[in-house]
Amino acid sequence: MLRRAALAIALAVSATVGASAVFPGASANDELLRLQKDPNQWAMANGNYASWRYSSLNQITRENVGQLRPTWQFSTGVLRGHEGGPLVIGDVMFIHTPFPNRVFALDLNNPGRVIWRYEPTQDPSVIGVMCCDTVNRGPAYADGKIILSQADTTLVALDAKTGKEVWKIKNGDPAKGETSTMSPLVVGDKVLVGISGGEFGVRAHVTAYGLKDGKQIWRAYSVGPDSDILFDPQKTTDMGKPVGANSSLKTWEGDQWKIGGGGTWGWISYDPELNLVYYGSGNPGTWNPAQRPGDNKWSMTIFARDANTGMARWVYQMTPHDEWDYDGVNEMILADNIQVGDKRVAKALVHMDRNGFAYTLNRENGDLLVAQKYDPAVNWASHVDMETGRPQVVREFSTAAGGEDTNTQNICPAALGSKDQQPAAYSPKTGMFYVPTNHVCMDYEPFRVSYTAGQPYVGATLSMFPPKGSDNMGNFIAWDAGKGKILWSKPERFSVWSGALATAGDVVFYGTLEGYLKAVDVKDGKELFSYRTPSGIIGNVNTFTHKGKQYIAVLSGVGGWAGIGMAAGLGGDSDGLGAVGAYKALSDYTQLGGVLTVFALPN
Amino acid sequence: MKALLVSTCILAALTGPALAADDAKDDYERPYHVEDGKVDQAVYNGYRRYGNSCLQCHGPDGAGSSYAPNLTESLKHLTHEQFADTVINGRQNVTSSQQNVMPSFGHVEDVVTYLDDIYAYLKARSDGALGRGRPERMPRK
Ligand code: HEC
Repeated sequence: MLRRAALAIALAVSATVGASAVFPGASANDELLRLQKDPNQWAMANGNYASWRYSSLNQITRENVGQLRPTWQFSTGVLRGHEGGPLVIGDVMFIHTPFPNRVFALDLNNPGRVIWRYEPTQDPSVIGVMCCDTVNRGPAYADGKIILSQADTTLVALDAKTGKEVWKIKNGDPAKGETSTMSPLVVGDKVLVGISGGEFGVRAHVTAYGLKDGKQIWRAYSVGPDSDILFDPQKTTDMGKPVGANSSLKTWEGDQWKIGGGGTWGWISYDPELNLVYYGSGNPGTWNPAQRPGDNKWSMTIFARDANTGMARWVYQMTPHDEWDYDGVNEMILADNIQVGDKRVAKALVHMDRNGFAYTLNRENGDLLVAQKYDPAVNWASHVDMETGRPQVVREFSTAAGGEDTNTQNICPAALGSKDQQPAAYSPKTGMFYVPTNHVCMDYEPFRVSYTAGQPYVGATLSMFPPKGSDNMGNFIAWDAGKGKILWSKPERFSVWSGALATAGDVVFYGTLEGYLKAVDVKDGKELFSYRTPSGIIGNVNTFTHKGKQYIAVLSGVGGWAGIGMAAGLGGDSDGLGAVGAYKALSDYTQLGGVLTVFALPN
Repeated sequence: MKALLVSTCILAALTGPALAADDAKDDYERPYHVEDGKVDQAVYNGYRRYGNSCLQCHGPDGAGSSYAPNLTESLKHLTHEQFADTVINGRQNVTSSQQNVMPSFGHVEDVVTYLDDIYAYLKARSDGALGRGRPERMPRK
């Protein structure tokens, strides 16, 4: 076997640090609050604490974006799916890779020159227990540190100047199927991180560790007793009412909650004024609903928790008793002053869920304001009852009503969701949301499985295909979260699996699975620019300035769940569904390979 | 491992229709029955077990993913025994440029018990006897 650690250390020691990089030592909270507002840097995975993926930079405009061109590229040397995106702090860009989870600090003064490189030593057997490729959504920056959550659940803080380890801790156990793909978020003096393993019966949690030393401060499970999930039966509310005692345990039969899932592998947002963090939980236990009667709380739930203590302020379960694998982990976008009917909502939370509904809630108290389909194909529920918050499930598409060993057909969306983790963008300038979506349906047949620690605990077989009459598997849409309506929709051949970026130049950027970086007009989605990068894009686009000039950066490297489902094209040909084009395999368009591409206007 | 294979061999020989040695071998390598696009219970079960334990890497219908091989191609050159050996023991191909891990399933009940069914399903796919998507079952006799 390779001795990668030795190599990494040798490189780190011999590297010289980019001279003008500044890593101020102020209190982390103040520093991040300032950095997230500075458009010249990109200090958080989703741009700011509110997960806007928006930049006020306006050198690149709808008029000149057509002249954009790549200025430099950098190969990561890793083949599999590259999710997440670069961070930019001062004159240094930080990029990361899927397993083995390399991190590179690149000098922007000498484009692409490696200041340091880090590569952890991890037992490769963890690769075998990652459900959907070996992706990682990138590190966080705070207080002169780069904080990375590795595949094997090691959380490591690196010195941003040298790449040397400052501290590291273990957040979970891969032998039980616990792994990590998510991007941690630093809030105040804490690092918040979740865990993956929803396909392995893992009981998931979000944990806060001290930014200074990695000491555990609080841990909040998604399911289990009140003391584990950090609920106050009187003060924690659901649809405006106290949840009461044992709100999770009551909704499971026997000990099922112990393998109850609720994966916390998505994004975390933060409102500094309310001091609340927001995130969602994933699927409950097995995908076979018959094996876990009840609402399975609090899987498929939006949580608002106090950042200091982890105590839940409010919760909202989107998909009670999941029957389709509609994980609730997608990003929570915190937008202000959203007009809903005749009400102006000062503090809203907007969430495009896997289940095909886009939710607008009051993020102070969890009041549900809007729940509408953001893909007209969605059919598993007719609507969401605004009194109870429950989806009105359509019997024909209920895999639980169908029962074990029955194939329930033509459910939309597929388990991939109308959207997965690929984060949307919000422009405060237009007040609209720009959303990468999937346009795929499925047949779903649940069956009985036994639980073995560290082994897949799936219990359903699926086939996926585009909706009847469609030959595109994705759309890039503009969404009005106050009205609950699609403003415009631009079809894409494959699912759009890349995080979007909206800018004050009136353009929105996103990548496609074939590998194009595209720029479209905010007002109508008209394509203004496209460039074919070396591999499919499942990474998230960012922007920053260097020496006063605006740049756009994105990682290519096809993979993730999209790379599994679509590599060979989708199935369903036996029914002749959709047009021939829809079954074109992704492998006819692109191959593996991680590459960073940085774009700019000509001088 | 060996014991498992030997016993399935004997089982195949015993349960098949009165067989000459060659047919027994053939039934071992091609243990599926597909009539008018409908499959026997073993193939159907193999399809489902594949969905539970293999699909998340090898893609829908065994057709491969961005990183794991297309098993309908693999079974054109792997024997039943080589197939079983790979699944039971796993395989790691981790170098500075590759991070491929085929887990070992030797201790996983749902896979070991139904390994021959998974093989039958994938072999039927590989031989072109079975198309993509969910196969239809023959009526139970
Ligand atoms: C975690 C991902 C993963 C899972 C789950 C998985 N495999 Fe694999 N499998 C791989 C990879 C990656 C390879 C290629 C290994 C290599 O490069 O040597 C492979 C190789 C194989 C091969 C050898 C193919 C050849 O051409 O030599 C067979 C056979 C196989 N897998 C069968 C299965 C079966 C059957 C299952 C379910 C019981 C399964 N695999 C589950 C990832 C996986």
